[in-house]
Amino acid sequence: MRNYLNIIVAYSIMMLLIILVGIFQSWSIALTIFNYCMISAVMTLGANIQWGYAGLINFGIMGYTALGGLAVVLVSVAPVPEAWSVGGVNMMTCLGIIIIMIFSTRYILKNIQKSKKRNYLIAGIIIVGLILIKIIAGPAIEQIEAVDPAKTGFLGGLGLPVLFSWIVGGLFAAGLAFIVGKVALGLRADYLAIATLLIAEIVVSIIKHEDWLARGVKNVIGLKRPAPYEIDLQTSPWFINLVEKFHSAKLNLANSLSERQDILNQLVIDASSVYVKLCFAGMFLVVVIILLIITQKALYSPWGRMMRAIRDNEEAASAMGKNVVKQHLFIFILGSAIVGIAGAMMVTNDGLFTPGSYRPMRYTFVIWVMVIVGGTGNNFGAILGGFVVWFLWVEAAPIALFFINLFTAHLPETNEIKIHLINSAPYFRFLLVGIGLLLIMRFRPQGIIPEKIIKQ
Amino acid sequence: MDLINAVIVLLNYTIIPALTYGSQLALGAIFVTLIYGILRFANFATGDMMSFGTMFAVLLTYYFQSIGISFGFLPTALLTIPFAIFMMILYMLLIDQTVFKYYRIKKSPPVQLAMVSVGVMFVTQAVIRIIIGPTDRRFLDGEKFILKATEFKEMTGLAEGLTIKSTQMITIVITIIVVAIMFWFLNKTKTGTSMRAYSDNEDLALLSGIDPKKVVLITWIIAGILATIGGILYGLDKSYRPFVYFNNMLPIFAAAIVGGIGNPYGAFFGGYVIAFAEIFLTYAYKRFLVYILPESLEPNSLMQLLSTDYKFAISFSILVIVLIFRPSGIFEGKRI
Repeated sequence: MRNYLNIIVAYSIMMLLIILVGIFQSWSIALTIFNYCMISAVMTLGANIQWGYAGLINFGIMGYTALGGLAVVLVSVAPVPEAWSVGGVNMMTCLGIIIIMIFSTRYILKNIQKSKKRNYLIAGIIIVGLILIKIIAGPAIEQIEAVDPAKTGFLGGLGLPVLFSWIVGGLFAAGLAFIVGKVALGLRADYLAIATLLIAEIVVSIIKHEDWLARGVKNVIGLKRPAPYEIDLQTSPWFINLVEKFHSAKLNLANSLSERQDILNQLVIDASSVYVKLCFAGMFLVVVIILLIITQKALYSPWGRMMRAIRDNEEAASAMGKNVVKQHLFIFILGSAIVGIAGAMMVTNDGLFTPGSYRPMRYTFVIWVMVIVGGTGNNFGAILGGFVVWFLWVEAAPIALFFINLFTAHLPETNEIKIHLINSAPYFRFLLVGIGLLLIMRFRPQGIIPEKIIKQ
Repeated sequence: MDLINAVIVLLNYTIIPALTYGSQLALGAIFVTLIYGILRFANFATGDMMSFGTMFAVLLTYYFQSIGISFGFLPTALLTIPFAIFMMILYMLLIDQTVFKYYRIKKSPPVQLAMVSVGVMFVTQAVIRIIIGPTDRRFLDGEKFILKATEFKEMTGLAEGLTIKSTQMITIVITIIVVAIMFWFLNKTKTGTSMRAYSDNEDLALLSGIDPKKVVLITWIIAGILATIGGILYGLDKSYRPFVYFNNMLPIFAAAIVGGIGNPYGAFFGGYVIAFAEIFLTYAYKRFLVYILPESLEPNSLMQLLSTDYKFAISFSILVIVLIFRPSGIFEGKRI
């Protein structure tokens, strides 16, 4: 128990902070923050598996998050039959060509010895394939995008339940991680960081500009939800009764029946948004707990010990007969898949897919700050890091505003410096997170909850 | 005649813009490569440091304009370069003393330093946004064009016009001057040689009596000059916006690695490789082919290999290809 004391204390403080937000701002905001904290926690768990367990630096988190989000669109949105009828055949042919390209390249790699001839053959296959795809897909894409462009203009998805897309998101991310891992994992750490960051940028720019796939920067809105809709709740009698019971004291204070009805309506609207967020919170909590149990078990299994051995001394582990390359690839895929799940969760929570919003600042660097602040190599630390940093990221502006007002209280309202500072309050989040990262790196490089190695 | 027209089209829409963009990238890439070669870490704050220097140039330009100082037909921003460089170097040295020095003395692994530079990136972004805000700012004044399309057409009687913006000319000329001075400094002076020695083998350099403090100081000074000038030239040519500068870090990294990181010549070359690839692959060749091909073969489509949306993606794909086939870069850089 004593071992876990600092973890319990840290988590209690975090929960207290969120509850304080609930009391002082509103419960709806507190739950939004909580849900996002949980999504960030899943992302940090994924990044922590790569960095904390294996020492692999992955700055491509943005790309996996975006792929997870894409999975939600491709799985849950209803298919667009008109688009399929005008361009479906051509797009499927292109998919076939890509698969043929991959397999023929693999065949050449296996059966022809390393030589210039092999390189030319592979280059030839890729160029011929790309030209074919351009010829076949070009007109089809134009036709698909012309189908009711204000609403659809894309192929649509499969129309399956949205929860299923969380798994698909993980699989998509795993697929990308396999390719990235094959290409980049041999590189030295900081090259790996740059390479993964740039590959993630390529992925995001493809999602952004291929409108036939997921509408690109036109965004997909109104995605399915695994939770009830506020509007439905507000009209269902059982929910109104529940709210009535919950707030009976407050309602009894009302003077007249019409006033009582007004108060009740307002309460029902508030409660419906809280209820929906609670549903999401419950689902996310289940995911976090499942992942935490699995990662915790893995960390203290023989496999986890092997990963740590590889991380701490690659040559020694390799000399002991461990296949370092294979294990690196495996853990890279595993961590990325978890990030993909988080990406799908986030889009499900938002109910909309906005490819334009995937930026490295928010989806790579902030996540990395979370991992480092929380504690590398410790899953509890990673989750805590997700909570702490996301909380700071969201609450930085109100906190900054409070301090600006405090320190400039003696200045008149028209003072230019004061106005300028108040206008730039949102940017203090960068300052807060940056200074937090620098301080942690300097004075507590192992993070808030450091890695713990159980000696047996 | 058609042939000349075709060449003019290419010059106007691809070669001159690519040279300009390449020069801006090259300055940034040399900055990255110097930090990587001598201080031994990938500086993720690159874009924001360039933005920081440019911010001073923008503010000073506004100030100079308000008190009526101008630089004739050249942009006022050129006058502010020395001051901006001075502020930039001060900021870099401050960051180095408070942040990077500790890890350098501790001989931390490069990954840790890269992580720390992410922290610096956050702080720099915050400082820039708090001081100047995130909005788009244009600070170009003076003559906009050296050669206008209509003038060119009148002069030569050709169907196609050639436009040269003054910023394009300024960028190319200043880049050539700065890079020439820098290479002269690195190759011919004693300090430059000691910097290269330090970059090649730190222990041997220390043994032969090279003062590491001086090398680090000079590196930051050169880095400050390159970052500020690169940033100002980019800002003059396009516009100044903090977010764009952060994004520019990525093609700059690509240029540095493609050229062979740690190798300034490679970085210089890499900048142009990236710029030319981006522009040549996204240019619509229809107009060019109309002049070259006989009428019966005239293309119907735009003859564009990739849409311009993929500009950035191209530079990153080049990087990936280089990493697979020649991981140490086109010119031999540091071993990975």
